[in-house]
Amino acid sequence: MGIRFVLMVNKQGQTRLAQYYEYLTLEQRRALEGEIVRKCLARNEHQCSFVEHRNYKIVYRRYASLFFLVGVDDDENELAILEFIHLLVETMDRHFGNVCELDIMFHLEKAHFMLEEMVMNGCIVETSKANILAPIQLMDKTS
Amino acid sequence: MNPFSSGTRLRDMIRAIRACKTAAEERAVVRKECAAIRASINENDNDYRHRNLAKLMFIHMLGYPTHFGQMECLKLIASPGFPEKRIGYLGLMLLLDERQEVLMLVTNSLKQDLNHTNQYIVGLALCALGNICSAEMARDLAPEVERLLQFRDPNIRKKAALCSIRIIKKVPDLAENFINPATALLREKHHGVLITGVQLCTDLCKISPEALEHIRKKCTDGLVRTLRDLANSPYSPEYDIAGITDPFLHIRLLKLLRVLGEGDADASDSMNDILAQVATKTETNKVAGNAILYECVQTIMSVEDNGGLRVLAINILGRFLSNRDNNIRYVALNMLMKAVTVDAQAVQRHRATILECVKDSDASIRKRALELVYVLVNETNVKPLAKELVDYLEVSDHDFREDLTAKICSIVAKFSPDKIWYIDQMLKVLSEAGNFVKDEVWHALIVVISNASELHGYTVRALYRAFQTSAEQEILVRVTVWCIGEYGDMLVNNIGMLDIEDPITVTESDAVDVVEIAIKRHASDLTTKAMALVALLKLSSRFPSCSERIREIIVQFKGNFVLELQQRSIEFNSIIAKHQNIRSMLVERMPVLDEATFVGRRAGSLPGTASSTTAPSVSLPNGVSKPVAPLVDLLDLSSDDAPAPSSSGGDLLHDLLGVDLSPASQSGAGKTSNSGTDVLLDLLSIGSPSAPSSSSTIDILSSNTSNKAPVSPLSDLSPLSLSSRATSNAGAAPMMDLLDGFSSSPPTDSNGPPALPSITAFESSHLRLTFDFSKQPGNPQTTIIQATFMNLSSDTYTDFVFQAAVPKFLQLHLDPASSNTLPAAGNGSVTQSLKVTNSQHGKKSLVMRIRIAYKINGKDTLEEGQINNFPRDL
Repeated sequence: MGIRFVLMVNKQGQTRLAQYYEYLTLEQRRALEGEIVRKCLARNEHQCSFVEHRNYKIVYRRYASLFFLVGVDDDENELAILEFIHLLVETMDRHFGNVCELDIMFHLEKAHFMLEEMVMNGCIVETSKANILAPIQLMDKTS
Repeated sequence: MNPFSSGTRLRDMIRAIRACKTAAEERAVVRKECAAIRASINENDNDYRHRNLAKLMFIHMLGYPTHFGQMECLKLIASPGFPEKRIGYLGLMLLLDERQEVLMLVTNSLKQDLNHTNQYIVGLALCALGNICSAEMARDLAPEVERLLQFRDPNIRKKAALCSIRIIKKVPDLAENFINPATALLREKHHGVLITGVQLCTDLCKISPEALEHIRKKCTDGLVRTLRDLANSPYSPEYDIAGITDPFLHIRLLKLLRVLGEGDADASDSMNDILAQVATKTETNKVAGNAILYECVQTIMSVEDNGGLRVLAINILGRFLSNRDNNIRYVALNMLMKAVTVDAQAVQRHRATILECVKDSDASIRKRALELVYVLVNETNVKPLAKELVDYLEVSDHDFREDLTAKICSIVAKFSPDKIWYIDQMLKVLSEAGNFVKDEVWHALIVVISNASELHGYTVRALYRAFQTSAEQEILVRVTVWCIGEYGDMLVNNIGMLDIEDPITVTESDAVDVVEIAIKRHASDLTTKAMALVALLKLSSRFPSCSERIREIIVQFKGNFVLELQQRSIEFNSIIAKHQNIRSMLVERMPVLDEATFVGRRAGSLPGTASSTTAPSVSLPNGVSKPVAPLVDLLDLSSDDAPAPSSSGGDLLHDLLGVDLSPASQSGAGKTSNSGTDVLLDLLSIGSPSAPSSSSTIDILSSNTSNKAPVSPLSDLSPLSLSSRATSNAGAAPMMDLLDGFSSSPPTDSNGPPALPSITAFESSHLRLTFDFSKQPGNPQTTIIQATFMNLSSDTYTDFVFQAAVPKFLQLHLDPASSNTLPAAGNGSVTQSLKVTNSQHGKKSLVMRIRIAYKINGKDTLEEGQINNFPRDL
């Protein structure tokens, strides 16, 4: 298992999407999110996109007002995760059309469905945007 | 229709939450929503179940408890429609986890859905199973998943593959069932199936040696071919990232090849070509390409040796390291860390660049680089590297200093070529970042200093100089004060001058100045002040001319509110003023601390000391290798067969030094019980109330008699038990006391009169009354009684009133009780204090009649009794 959690957080540090691939209690999650968000948001854009926190390595990337944070194992390829975040954003872009914080907030379940098609049990499932979006589009069509 | 569930739509709820300006407002909105959702759940409302769960997921994301929605997930999963199932499974993955019992209930639904005719529903079930399946579910559902690995639709096969990873991790026994279907996936063309298949094989190899063997033999060539095809594939829009086709698949393939090649020359050999191709042909101006190169270098470093490839890999890392992109530099440092074990020499070549990275403005890079430098240090390069790090310490970030200091100290201690260099470096660190130095580190420094007898003079002078510029560094101050106390004469007389030193002129009073500054500085903590006090005592003997001034400084602490300092001050004052004859013997230099023992102890006690950095009690292991006579050892009195001090002197010294190991009252007790024997003991007279420090034994005795406490526990302490106490303390480090003496032992008031035993004055089946006694000094007739009432029944007593009556020769005064309600079952107590004055003190004992009235459940109860068991002589 490489990916341990995926977080989307806005500039103010409010969580907009959280998906964990390992069990943490509610309190642990809140504490963890608070700590890493503080740590990552304090960094400037010249600094590298990797932060070590507890036994996680956090790979993060900022898109406008939204931060994408992915916690990974120590032996995960950090650069690949960085690229993966971009793929995730591109996929959401393709679906929502220039995705923004509000799209994710108001379509939380869709954002989750997309993530679900891309990551399962901490591993990457699919990297083709068309394949990722196919089931979601199908569902949109029927409903 | 339920009035509550008609509530807001999801969209409106999110808007409401978004509009909240404060956390309290948000909590209020969430609370209201949760209440509505609960109500709706209780109504078993089918129409809104879907929406409720969507709301709950949002609320869950915000970090509020949502356990009450778990059953709703199960209901939605069990419903026939796809949209309901979809949201139900999502809720299952978000709101539940594998540890919850509810999960057992879902196994059946999952099983049905895995066999569903609609492949999307099968996909949902697989995804949920892959994310949350527990060991029991893994056993139950493994056959279904295994079958689905051969499903016609690739989208199902890929999910089944990842599901299998979860299953084999939960139940490794099942791994062998998956080997064959997994290897079949490696021949697929669909990228999703391929990437998941590769991950499944990687995990199988990690779990099962047979799987590793099988896949290595059967699949290595195929994987190499797949990677080659992928690397050479023409542009494919669907998987293209920055001109590279599916870098993620590249990386997973390289990772699996790494597992297969590790420890197997043949397999490694067969992948050489493709690794070389990837390492040389990959585009490097985009993240994707660098990610592949990074993975490729890792694989090259792990597989069996091929000189040419290794050179290639190290060169790539060199390029990474000089890259301007911080991300690339970070991974280069990360990789070099792993490469050190393979080829330390090659990594050493990049030392200068790595050292630069330690000074980077980016904390993540600094941290990596520092760790790398730490492993790169060896005997040959320790001097330049340590110099660089120490120099950098001056300008480093505050946050980074702690890390850096710890690493420098560790490097210096591990690889120092000689003692003078070690001492020099440590002094630099102490002057720059003394406050970050851990206790065990400066303890070790003191041990080394004490062992380097030819450097005593040099060290104390260097510390003296450092103190002039860096007096704000607490640890530096401590070490300085200790060394001046020990080697002050060498400081003043320039003894043991080394060629490299500039001579300095320090007068005796300059040396005392340093200690005085240390002891009077507000920022100094207890440990430092205590160490300074001891240093002053030592200096008073080393510098007879300053003796009077030192005494004045010491006397200022006579009224210190910290008991330990106060006590020391009085004792030391007494030594200086009245015991010239033994003083020099008392304050002789510390014996050389045994380094080997110290290291051994440190190793043994490391976990304990690690957390005690801020605790005021510092147990300084002083290498007492002869625990039989620690006191003598401590003061170096036994060396050279010097006449050993008399045993009472030994006790004295012990008491002088061994305070903190026993409660103060107890040590006071030991003193008084022993008092008739030795005039020296008047030193200890502070243990008794009225004895002035200049008193003789008579004073002690008289103060003792005035207390007239025959039942006092003090008398239990015979000289025998005193000596046993001494030996029990002997094993611990007495030097601790010399240096800081402040354990966390409560500053028990040893000035008070001896404690009187408590009595149980009255006890019935419902109630217990205990009396604690105390006397006011100088007023033996009056006894203060603290009465404590305990309720032994299971009912609370209300309107609790205590009354007492005494004979005429007594006067009684009752203070108000602390409460008139007594909680049930001993869950609290009521206290009340009484003052009894005995006009016939010494002739008649106390006696008292009591009446206790209270209500149980509104019913009046009365208890009466007489108390005759007061201690005598009250």
